[in-house]
Amino acid sequence: MSVTTLRAERPRGRTSSAVFKAFLYVSIGVGIATLGTLLITVVAKGWKYVDLVLLLEPPSADPQIAGARPAILATIYLGLLLIAFSVPIGVGTAIYMEEYANRDRWYNRLLEVNIQNLAAVPSIVYGILGLAFLVRGIGLGRVLLAGAMILTLVVLPTVIIAAREAIRAVPDSIRQGAYALGATKWQVIWRQVLPAATPGIATGSILALSRALGETAPLLLVGALTYVSFDPTILGDFTALPVQIYQWVARPQEDFRVLAASGIIVLLAILLTLNAFAIWIRNRYQRKW
Amino acid sequence: MSDTIPGVSMDRLVARQQQLPEPSQRDVVFDVDDLGVSYSGKPALKDVNLEIYRNFVTAFIGPSGCGKSTFIRCFNHMNALIPGAKIHGTIHYHGADLYGSEVDPVEVRKRIGMVFQKPNPFPKSIYDNVAFGPRVLGMTDDLDGRVERALEHAALWDEVKDRLKASALSLSGGQQQRLCIARCLAVEPEVILMDEPASALDPIATTRIEDLMHALKKDYTIVVVTHNMQQAARVADMTAFFSVERGEEGHRTGVLVEYDATPKIFTQPSDSRTEDYVTGRFG
Repeated sequence: MSVTTLRAERPRGRTSSAVFKAFLYVSIGVGIATLGTLLITVVAKGWKYVDLVLLLEPPSADPQIAGARPAILATIYLGLLLIAFSVPIGVGTAIYMEEYANRDRWYNRLLEVNIQNLAAVPSIVYGILGLAFLVRGIGLGRVLLAGAMILTLVVLPTVIIAAREAIRAVPDSIRQGAYALGATKWQVIWRQVLPAATPGIATGSILALSRALGETAPLLLVGALTYVSFDPTILGDFTALPVQIYQWVARPQEDFRVLAASGIIVLLAILLTLNAFAIWIRNRYQRKW
Repeated sequence: MSDTIPGVSMDRLVARQQQLPEPSQRDVVFDVDDLGVSYSGKPALKDVNLEIYRNFVTAFIGPSGCGKSTFIRCFNHMNALIPGAKIHGTIHYHGADLYGSEVDPVEVRKRIGMVFQKPNPFPKSIYDNVAFGPRVLGMTDDLDGRVERALEHAALWDEVKDRLKASALSLSGGQQQRLCIARCLAVEPEVILMDEPASALDPIATTRIEDLMHALKKDYTIVVVTHNMQQAARVADMTAFFSVERGEEGHRTGVLVEYDATPKIFTQPSDSRTEDYVTGRFG
């Protein structure tokens, strides 16, 4: 009586499989180790200055009483303006491209390629554009509004791409079902497609926001000042948290470097909170069609 | 008269047929003349001539690719949503040209509702699914009453009346399809088009949809596409059999082979292609 054996005759591909698996573990290890080192050193160094003084006081020449209040406020203002600008424009563009644009037309294809390329342009290039066009060209000056507009341009391609993905993920059967009930195109988009795409759009927008709030280079170019001791206004001088950190790091005194680490902790806390919120939205509203 | 299809009693079929009005007393809802549809210049369906009568269930049967789904989508302008689709010939709806230049597709779809192959409830509550049509059409007086009546007519009210706010996606497939029928009834159409409405459902859910068609026939005109011959025999008063013709270069075009009272199609078809199909010799 013969017994069926399921053993492979020779270990096909076992070695390459093991090597590949090891490579994957090393890759993930590098990522986690880098992030872990960063977090541990920053927290260990900056923890002692993370207090109400840092959050509520303006900067000062004395590191003991120096805070980041104007920078934190400006970062919040920038974030709010950024969402107010980039979400309507980005979602509008995405609706046009997904629901209206005829891909047989050359200008629509050009638009598509253009947006994909813009997503890969380094942010400092947008900063130069902002300096030449917003600050000098139309004479807006070195104000917070100019910074928000430039950050809008930086994240717009990301927002558009995320919104397009979310709109495309709404199945056609939903559109057809709505049309078959006598809905107009506008009603189909406004009452079915957009509500169904909202979680995806929100997730993409929040991730874009958190990327923008960490940006320093374009803000430096449009004139974020490194030392602002008063609360920002939309049409006034401004700084931002990453710019403030940059300024503190550049100081020779050791205490300011510690302060910079504290600022980084605040910035990281804001960004990680935003990202966690994005993940929460994604999981909360995840749809199964 | 022999039993040509298993599972269908021909005697009952004929008895049912005798309750229908005489041809002279039938009210024509759609009059289709030389209709053809092409996608990007390639004909998908050609030379269709038939009439669809009020308060009848009319079934379109035929093999895959015979253009029956393409055809049913002509009645509510759904083909207009497909880029490259072109329609030739005419369809008159109560005497009015359905594809006249002044016709508004939205107005057409309001009167001619549609139920799709795969249940496609909106990712909203049961209530909002049914209320969607009345809301977009501005029929918002007594919305609660409308929703309740539509769900009752679709034989779903008793199952969902205690959870109208629950997501429509929490319903079973059969319930979802009845919800889609309710959604369609809520805008008070005259005609209901059903594109293989039971093909994604289990046999029990299918039976309930078929029972529903019988019940709805009193108030609505129903056109149903099905690939299931027994289903056509069970529900339809009139049946149209479509087939595929191979043109030059092997291009497939759907044609209407035969259109007649259902018992006639299933027992004494006048075309041999129909006979081959209904007796299962199609190949």
